Amino acid sequence: MKKFLMATAASAILAGAASAEDIKLGISMGFTGPLESMSPNMAASVELAVKEANDSGKLLDGSTVSTVRADNTCTDAAAAVAAVERIVTGDRINGLVGGMCSGETIATLERVGIPNGLVMISPSATSPALTDIEDQGLFFRTSPSDARQGEVMADLTLEKGVQSVAVTYTNNDYGKGLADSFAQFYKEKGGTVTVVSAHDDGKADYSAEVAALAAAGGDALVVAGYVDQGGSGIVRGALDSGAFSTFVFPDGMIGQALVDRFGAELETSFGQNPSSEGEGRDKFNALTEAAGFDGNSAFAGESYDAAALLMLAMAAANSSDPKVYKDKVMDVANEPGEKIYPGELAKGIELLSQGQDVDYVGATSVELIGPGESAGVYRVLDFAGGTMNVIGFR
Amino acid sequence: MDILNALVAILNFVVIPAAAYGAQLALGALGVTLIYGILRFSNFAHGDTMAFGAAACIIVFWGLQALGISLHPLPTALLALPVAIAVTALLMIATDRVVYRYYRAKRVDPIIMVMASVGVMFVMNGLTRIIIGVDEIRFDDGARFVINVADFRAWTGLSEGLALRQSQVVTLVVTALACWALFWFLNRTRSGKAMRAYSDNEDLALLSGIDPDRIVRMTWIIAAALATTAGVLYGLDKSFKAFNYFQILLPIFAAAIVGGLGNPVGAVAGGFIVAFSEVAITYPWRKVAGYLFPGWQPEGLLQLLSTEYKFAVSFVILIVVLLFRPTGLFRGKSV
Repeated sequence: MKKFLMATAASAILAGAASAEDIKLGISMGFTGPLESMSPNMAASVELAVKEANDSGKLLDGSTVSTVRADNTCTDAAAAVAAVERIVTGDRINGLVGGMCSGETIATLERVGIPNGLVMISPSATSPALTDIEDQGLFFRTSPSDARQGEVMADLTLEKGVQSVAVTYTNNDYGKGLADSFAQFYKEKGGTVTVVSAHDDGKADYSAEVAALAAAGGDALVVAGYVDQGGSGIVRGALDSGAFSTFVFPDGMIGQALVDRFGAELETSFGQNPSSEGEGRDKFNALTEAAGFDGNSAFAGESYDAAALLMLAMAAANSSDPKVYKDKVMDVANEPGEKIYPGELAKGIELLSQGQDVDYVGATSVELIGPGESAGVYRVLDFAGGTMNVIGFR
Repeated sequence: MDILNALVAILNFVVIPAAAYGAQLALGALGVTLIYGILRFSNFAHGDTMAFGAAACIIVFWGLQALGISLHPLPTALLALPVAIAVTALLMIATDRVVYRYYRAKRVDPIIMVMASVGVMFVMNGLTRIIIGVDEIRFDDGARFVINVADFRAWTGLSEGLALRQSQVVTLVVTALACWALFWFLNRTRSGKAMRAYSDNEDLALLSGIDPDRIVRMTWIIAAALATTAGVLYGLDKSFKAFNYFQILLPIFAAAIVGGLGNPVGAVAGGFIVAFSEVAITYPWRKVAGYLFPGWQPEGLLQLLSTEYKFAVSFVILIVVLLFRPTGLFRGKSV
């Protein structure tokens, strides 16, 4: 405790002197809970970006960055708030990569982020509710809002000639936000939604849910769920009972597991997930391969980009104070300026400290729009021939 | 034609799934009721015994697969079932030795036995997860369908499809066989009669020379056989996931209590009553109504209760039965 007090006192003095300091980045992710399998690679991506900045030795006159992990459990908002509160007051973090799940992120932002003036960049919270939230310029995300995905999915579904659908969603902020946004756009564009109903994850048997969807009818079934959870259960039940044969899959359902499970049974189904292709993604994958983990796992690229944006914004503002650098996040993410790819953080930091502009591209082609969220590029996929095929981007 | 369509829709979405689910509940409830009748406590560890039995079966099944043995088109798990039953029975007898025997010797109140079984439940819960993990496992390697939807539509020309999965047929057949064997054992054999005598009056049974240790051992072996069979059938029909067996405990107890705790016939009837109520109450009847009354297309789904409340149905049945007929429909022991 004594050491800790001295350390905080010392860092307070150092911060006042604006010389080399120890910057702390918090990582708030669901290390336990329903997304515990995604979290390790996401956190590793953040630490990869931090290591890169440290190795350059150029950030804020040779300051070093360290990371502090907090387990937000994904589902328990109270636990998430407590965990982040602890690293804000205890470790005095200068910025936060997180939260991970939409519900927990909203709670953390409202109860810890805003009261403490902490900048939060979430790699994976995609609920439309976060677009309109009163964030005082403190909240950003490197993933697109599901409102956008809902629109893309509605367009895609109508273009495939499907005029009426039933919608089922996993009973949480992600599922509900996506289902509502899809239903709204789909109706506006002339489609008919026969029913929007929830399913709970982790059950053995979805025949009752499928029966309800079948009774409502529709040409296709939109499954806004998780591939490792109830989403697959619903698809299995619908295929077995002959209720639906065409499915529309958003990001939570897209994965190799889906193809492994259903294969040729998805002949007429289609879907989309946020993804970027090209130079940034390739460079990021090379970096993660060298670091020994899979960069293609969900939201790993977004996590790297979130951490990179935080540090570039600090370099641009020449300060690690969130209240100062928060205004620079949009500047470094968007044009004009020199394009910065994964692995080039040192170059970005150097340019910024010389007062020049950068346009951070990163692993996921970062382009922040509106109140600071990714514009979002989506891959369109179909499952003809029992494999997952990319048939376009939008 | 419309009446046929309505009939097929009801069969496909209500009768067939509820019958298979009811059979699985009935087997589970038989085990609970047997232990209640003879050992005189509600065994909360029963759900996790089912999980353990199914896990044992999956491991043997993997072994058989590795050896290239298959029962195709029937699921190979049926071949692994006897081994899994033996393993589970050994575990149950060991548990009895370590935990329950001590309390039985002290002649404690039933509630203390129930609490001990909660402890056993948590231990078995962990044991199953350590052995096989928490992930979803599918082990239904046989043919999937007896009747599939596309073929049925082609044969009959109806607009409604009918699917009958092989696992559902296997469930019903195996349950019928298991029930027959159990009732035959209880009513016709000397050991079965001894068990019933012990259940009716422990002291009188002891006086007439019945060996209590043997009765207890047999009870556990039969309970293990029922639990493992129920667990394997449930896993074949749905998919194995350790957590789901914990959730199914409530409907199983509802079934056993509705039928009358301690009464095997009641347990079977209770299983089907609970299953059919759960499915029928959460099924939206709009499509069926549309076939039966052409020209009447209601706005709503004609669904009494949303599917999220499926488990609430078990609770309601349980409360109603306990309020108005505490001994259950078939006059078991009062709780």
